[in-house]
Amino acid sequence: MNKTANRQVICDVLTEKANTDKDIVVICSDSRGSASMGNFVDAHPDQFVEIGIAEQNTVSVAAGLASCGKKPYVASPASFLSTRSMEQAKVDVAYSNTNVKLIGISGGVSYGALGMTHHSANDIATMASIPNMRVYLPSDRLQTKVLIEGLLQDTKPAYIRIGRNAVEDVYEDGNVPFEMDQATTVTQGSDITIIACGEMVRPAREAALTLKEKNISCRVLDMYCVKPIDRDAVIKAAKETKAILTIEEHTAIGGLGAMVSQIVSAECPKKVISLALPDAPVIAGNSQQVFDYYGLTKENLVKTALELLA
Amino acid sequence: MENLTAKAFEIRQDILDIVYHAKAGHIGGDFSVCDILTVLYYKQMNVSPENIHDPNRDRFILSKGHSVEALYAVLASRGFFPKEDLKTVSQYNSKYIGHPNNKVNGIEMNSGSLGHGLSVSVGMALAGKMNKVPYRVYTVMGDGELAEGSVWEGAMAGGHYKLDNLTAVVDRNRLQISGSTEDVMTQDSQDDRWRSFGWYVLHAIGNDVNSLNAAFDKSKTTKGKPTVIIADTIKGYGVSFIQNSAPWHHKVPTEEEYKQAAQELAQRRAEAL
Repeated sequence: MNKTANRQVICDVLTEKANTDKDIVVICSDSRGSASMGNFVDAHPDQFVEIGIAEQNTVSVAAGLASCGKKPYVASPASFLSTRSMEQAKVDVAYSNTNVKLIGISGGVSYGALGMTHHSANDIATMASIPNMRVYLPSDRLQTKVLIEGLLQDTKPAYIRIGRNAVEDVYEDGNVPFEMDQATTVTQGSDITIIACGEMVRPAREAALTLKEKNISCRVLDMYCVKPIDRDAVIKAAKETKAILTIEEHTAIGGLGAMVSQIVSAECPKKVISLALPDAPVIAGNSQQVFDYYGLTKENLVKTALELLA
Repeated sequence: MENLTAKAFEIRQDILDIVYHAKAGHIGGDFSVCDILTVLYYKQMNVSPENIHDPNRDRFILSKGHSVEALYAVLASRGFFPKEDLKTVSQYNSKYIGHPNNKVNGIEMNSGSLGHGLSVSVGMALAGKMNKVPYRVYTVMGDGELAEGSVWEGAMAGGHYKLDNLTAVVDRNRLQISGSTEDVMTQDSQDDRWRSFGWYVLHAIGNDVNSLNAAFDKSKTTKGKPTVIIADTIKGYGVSFIQNSAPWHHKVPTEEEYKQAAQELAQRRAEAL
């Protein structure tokens, strides 16, 4: 069982890179603990900016830093970052085109029983709807590492959502297939395709293994790059398999499933079924309990796939 | 030294032309802020068309972005882009849109939504401190804008980090789109607020270039805290019938009004020379 949370990986990458790149800045809204940024703060106190509980200011200050050559990584709870400071993300980051990376920590329903104030079940919809804002939901610690290393190479705005807790690996240490802004094919398949992002990639992979035992060939695409979405991979899947299932830790409105449906309906109409969170506050529970309740599970993926192919 | 009072009246004529030609704009706020921008770009700031990419240049953010016509006119007058371009302001497919746009030479950041400029300026000033580069950062806010809560988040951080390389200006023309600022949301207590957030507070006559220069000079020598200059201005300053009139927040002059305004501005300019 992996014990390293994605947020810890981001801290580790930034802490290491900041040894040689003095322009890297981490900026928090009283969130250094929640973001596991303690090591960065200890190692690079001069490259850390604390703004206090003020997400709007945090994002705008980051934009100001970026416009003067800094490379700010804002680490703040996804729930607040994607809505409280959405306008700052829109105007000062995306519209002004500043090199700010927004790390939405404890995303989705990570905060479990804390309620809808602390959930970010609509952050794909809010952030992806902003022109010039990219949206990434990495699936495990290994992919998170290569994603952040990749993002350090560019100067464009991005929002990265990660969960709070350690999640099981999807990939193998030392073998993480990754091309920036291209979906990763987790399993090849020709009968049906599951397109997943974030923490839902793992159950998608497990579902494919179960389906394989039933002689069903299931393709799994890890669409960590929700925006810019890998259109070619979606179209290819629609052409080469009989139906598409999507799964995401997000409401069905304006999320991955909606984006996939739009592409498939225009380019190669096939049935698309989206497994997602409801358009309502979710029930109290830890992440897995919430996923189980709403059918964001391997079992529901297998059942839905079988129904689709019946 | 160039007569900046006269220069500001010349720039007001350019603003009048922009608004009259575009049939859009915020002439009241443009005229109230005109002297502030003229003083900044002609005297106070180390920024010019030659050094717009120099990391050491001073930075300016027009937080009250709706006064963009004044900024365009000042930038064109200082040679950041051809004056001819002013004819395209707010026209089809122009980059000279109705709020600051950093695709335009000399404009650092996009603005227009109020309450952003101070926070962005705090980030720029922090970067200056981190990089140990001695540039200064300036931002101009409207007085109605101070009702935005994010202004006070920025003020808090500016004071906390003791950003003495940051000067904020409040264009205190006492009018906003619905009428008097004191009726809409009072700002008369702002001195105490700024002070309590750790700022050095200065007052200036905002349509008097000497008063403005004195305040900016003082802000440059202030150590250990950011400065706010509350610039008492007259909205629509320079034209009798536009001055102190809330409807002229964004009214467009008729042909007759245009001619009269141009005449008054020419006269004021001549008086200043």
